[in-house]
Amino acid sequence: MFELFGTSLPSRLLLGTAQYPSPAILADAVKASGTSVVTVSLRREMAGGRAGEKFWSLIRSLGMRILPNTAGCHSVKEAVTTAKMAREVFGTSWIKLEVIGNHDTLQPDVFGLVEAARILCEDGFSVFPYTTDDLVVAERLLEAGCRVLMPWCAPIGSALGPVNMTALRSMRGHFPGVPLIVDAGLGRPSHAATVLELGFDAVLLNTAVARAGDPVGMARAFGKAVDAGREAFLSGMLEPRDVAVPSTPTIGRAVFS
Amino acid sequence: MKLIVNGEVHEVAAATLAELLAALDYDGDWLATAVNSDVVHKARRAEFQLSDGDRIEILSPMQGG
Repeated sequence: MFELFGTSLPSRLLLGTAQYPSPAILADAVKASGTSVVTVSLRREMAGGRAGEKFWSLIRSLGMRILPNTAGCHSVKEAVTTAKMAREVFGTSWIKLEVIGNHDTLQPDVFGLVEAARILCEDGFSVFPYTTDDLVVAERLLEAGCRVLMPWCAPIGSALGPVNMTALRSMRGHFPGVPLIVDAGLGRPSHAATVLELGFDAVLLNTAVARAGDPVGMARAFGKAVDAGREAFLSGMLEPRDVAVPSTPTIGRAVFS
Repeated sequence: MKLIVNGEVHEVAAATLAELLAALDYDGDWLATAVNSDVVHKARRAEFQLSDGDRIEILSPMQGG
């Protein structure tokens, strides 16, 4: 089991709900992944429209814990207001805090992120900050009241996987007691396994599953990869070495010449 | 009174936020509202008086990652 803000979760995979080919495939992918946390957003509702109602009804039927996000917010004010609206609609104080600072990379505005995190933590939110792999920013977020960190491993939707293993390893080493979730940039199950092997507590992903040829199969694959990576981390892995070491005992070897 | 609702200009007679939602056919307990970038909670919509030029955001759950 895995614990976030006092809540035990059976899976170390958190799954986004966007870009699926259909609501039915979304539902099947969520179930196949083994996750118990799904990420959702808030957007403008059309007058007389019922898109929000239909989506919300589907999500509630899945019985998952909800992690609303502030996706698309580019200022502290926008993010804080969106978080408060999400708390009312979704009935949870959990919030995935995004304050975007760059249009091309969707890199967080880490200065605004820290400021928004402080405001929301003081207001009783359980803040999951989408951040970079920068240690100083991570320190500031913890000082602001965050108890979980969600560093990217590559730009959102890029599927590049962990591009800076040194930075991720450093972050894990610096914050041994803080739940660390890699959010954004994962493309393959092996990427998820890699960061779990590194000691990260969980991953949050969306595009890699939703845009796969078979989202349900990919969701299942990511669920297995996360489990495999965690078990490998707990089991202790060999350090790589440059010379061969025979695995079969040399004592008792037959001699034919 | 002229209001900007989800980015569009509306000419309405509604005096309160609750009346505006009813007039524009917004119905449901899954909606969140903000006026001029400040959240207006559900319980306060009936008493919240609107002013000419107010910017209203009406949001609902949507897919997200």
